[in-house]
Amino acid sequence: MKFLENVLHKWEPKFSKGGKLEKWNPLFETLATFAFSPKLVTQKGSHIRDGVDLKRTMMTVIFALVPCLIFGIYNTGHWEMVAASGNRDLVFWADMGTKFLMGLKVVLPILLVSYGVGLGVEFMFGMFRGHSLHEGFLVSGMLIPLIMPADIDLWMVAVATVFAVVIGKEIFGGTGMNIVNIALTARAFLFFAYPTYMSGDKVWMAGKEADGFTGSTALGDLATFTSNKAVVAGEEVMNGVEHLTAFSNNYSVWDSFMGSIPGSIGETSALACLIGAFILIWTGVGSWKIITSFIVGGLAGGLLMNLIGGNAYMDLPPYYHLIIGGFAFGAVFMATDPVTASQTSSGKWIYGFVGGLFAILIRVFNPAYPEGVMLSILFMNVMAPIIDHYVIQSNVKRRQKRLKLKTA
Amino acid sequence: MSKTVKLKKGLDIKLAGSAEKIVIDMPLPKTVALKPADFHGMMPKMVIKEGERVLAGAAVFYDKYRESIKCVSPVSGTVRSIIRGDKRKILEVLIDVDSQIEYAENFGPIDVAGMDGAQVKEILLEKGLWLYIKQRPIDVVADPAQTPKAIFISGFDSAPLAADLDFILHGRGADFQAGVDVLKKLTSGNVNISINSDAPADAAIANCKNVVFHKISGPHPAGNVGTQIHHISPINKGEFIFTVNAQDVALIGRYFNTGKYDATRLVALTGSEIKNPKYYRLLSGSNIHDLLTNNLKQEHVRVISGNVLTGDKIDKVNGYLGFYHNQITVIPEGDQYKFFLTKGWLGPGFDKFSNSRLFPTFLVNAFAPNKKYVLDTNLNGEERAFVVTGELEKVFPFDILPMQLVKAAITDDIDAMESLGIYEVAPEDFALCEYVCTTKINIQDKIRRGLDLIQQECM
Repeated sequence: MKFLENVLHKWEPKFSKGGKLEKWNPLFETLATFAFSPKLVTQKGSHIRDGVDLKRTMMTVIFALVPCLIFGIYNTGHWEMVAASGNRDLVFWADMGTKFLMGLKVVLPILLVSYGVGLGVEFMFGMFRGHSLHEGFLVSGMLIPLIMPADIDLWMVAVATVFAVVIGKEIFGGTGMNIVNIALTARAFLFFAYPTYMSGDKVWMAGKEADGFTGSTALGDLATFTSNKAVVAGEEVMNGVEHLTAFSNNYSVWDSFMGSIPGSIGETSALACLIGAFILIWTGVGSWKIITSFIVGGLAGGLLMNLIGGNAYMDLPPYYHLIIGGFAFGAVFMATDPVTASQTSSGKWIYGFVGGLFAILIRVFNPAYPEGVMLSILFMNVMAPIIDHYVIQSNVKRRQKRLKLKTA
Repeated sequence: MSKTVKLKKGLDIKLAGSAEKIVIDMPLPKTVALKPADFHGMMPKMVIKEGERVLAGAAVFYDKYRESIKCVSPVSGTVRSIIRGDKRKILEVLIDVDSQIEYAENFGPIDVAGMDGAQVKEILLEKGLWLYIKQRPIDVVADPAQTPKAIFISGFDSAPLAADLDFILHGRGADFQAGVDVLKKLTSGNVNISINSDAPADAAIANCKNVVFHKISGPHPAGNVGTQIHHISPINKGEFIFTVNAQDVALIGRYFNTGKYDATRLVALTGSEIKNPKYYRLLSGSNIHDLLTNNLKQEHVRVISGNVLTGDKIDKVNGYLGFYHNQITVIPEGDQYKFFLTKGWLGPGFDKFSNSRLFPTFLVNAFAPNKKYVLDTNLNGEERAFVVTGELEKVFPFDILPMQLVKAAITDDIDAMESLGIYEVAPEDFALCEYVCTTKINIQDKIRRGLDLIQQECM
């Protein structure tokens, strides 16, 4: 390590102020501070500081995302194989090596494009503003691929990432300043800019599809329940056949929980999300309040739908909502983004609950947007400051009341 | 006695190097310094010039804005030099000490029983003792024009490696009582003393009369007077509370018992880099070089007058004990690169003390609750924007939203600061927030700037 440190010392003057490569200092500093925690010491105030920093915090989120990534790669491979063979009943836990490699071939380029483009844009802004990379994108760069459909074109990933980083974050001032979640901004951008590429039944499986085979998702199928022509896994559900029976035959609770169903790359497995949730809650990086209340909100939404009833979608058991689509992933990794979520303790409860509730409402009532979680979280991101405002006001009122008691 | 205030939020940082309870008497220092920076907001006007002689208890400078507030010399000697910084701001007044201290006056005991508040105030101001009295809000030397609703004295210090006030005050009950009686004259309310409910207070404090005792329990900052005020008698806008450090109460009392200004104080020399952490009896403002000679484990250290959270960085050779401090702490300087996988940001981190579960501190605490840490001055990261939330709240036992208040202070938002409770806090109350914060922002400094703005605009 001494060797690496010496190399660092040797190059440092070239990149520091007045050096030849001064312009590239943000890049140098980013790499240097990655390899070595800097030798900065406290100047004012507390002379000692906690070991925690943003790099370690962000890295923990990335660790928490690894189960989702690995499962996502495998699942992508599986459905690519399904699409190629046209046989939807392929055994999930077979040909594992092949499936993983097939998945890797699809997912890795998306991951590389997301990180490459995003970090590139961040560095440009860093050089422009004269600061090193702030760690926010390390997580966003991982989240973006995981919420993309496997069949997405790489140029779309690139465009969406640029949009998300520039419009979602940098114009507000960079990491910690954004209003809405970066990764969801990328997803929403694609969703509205290229709707045909982002929903429907063509995009969820990578590779060439066999004739007459459609790769619909659980949510896509459910959305058809509210129309005249209900479809499950590409086949019309005939009159007299229970919609939900057909649905649960195709998407069993176990499969949905494990994640062996089509969907965005990293979001299908509730189990992988649970492992991630465990890491986030145990380390305290993710707010357990938000995760819990988001899930409770979702269950409440599902129950409410059951009570109202009306069509087969509304009768779907509430727990199903939690394990299909991006609900689990959204609850664990998206809603908990501390920058865009509510910042006050009681605000987090409200934020999570309403977010979960809205996710289900959007899903069920608006078939045009099969995945309500994304829109719900984006909506709550915008609402979070308002929730916080009222929580803060209640604190302020307590103080004012005390003053009034005093003067009265 | 009122009921115990139990605090749950907070953090005890377990540092190595607490002082052994043995007192060593230091000989008179060669030099003492008076540092106007110890009295935040004061604009010093010198009374004496370089090269002039001064007696112990005679004025050295006074506050340009509040001329009745004076700072007196703790020793007799010659003003060697007045060290100035930018814009000729006075940083230190250095006084070469005589071989024997000669007092400016020596009246003998002063009886305060028959005096009223104004008379007592005049003596305190005239004799330079007023500086020991600070006020909330703003946390500056008290405004003599105000009558506080109460006076608060913290009977224990919960800061890392803090000096044990029971030990410091042991046997000084008469002085402490005299100090309390003096302070009682200044307020229409009570003199409140908070004691640690987990440990019995020394007789010097516990037997004190004319005071109201409060019991506090919990981790640091339970011993901070600001925390205690918040839970016992919170400050509303327009109210004042005066606070005095417990040892300084005894110093005030000693003046009234003896009639001469004797600024000798007991100071704990602490920290992981000290060979013999013990208590030392020395004069306020003493040069600390003698204290550290042959007493350091290594030379690359940071010397702090005060505790690690709120103290002032002072020089190893030309450093002087701060006016209010009961403690000197010496810790290793942390200006080394640390490889990310071993000692750096992604390392296992058994050597770091963290309030966050990202480091195994909580595991170590579970298995080895008595482990003491050697922490250096490394920032352990770089300055960032606020990203993580809910962190400050864990160590801030106030019914105040810390992050929102810090943000209001950063943005100079006076209305928001007022409504969020700026009048109740002092920078030291945010010391733990500053310690745990991922952003590495100097939060105490931000709060101080906010308080300055409030003082300028609203007081």
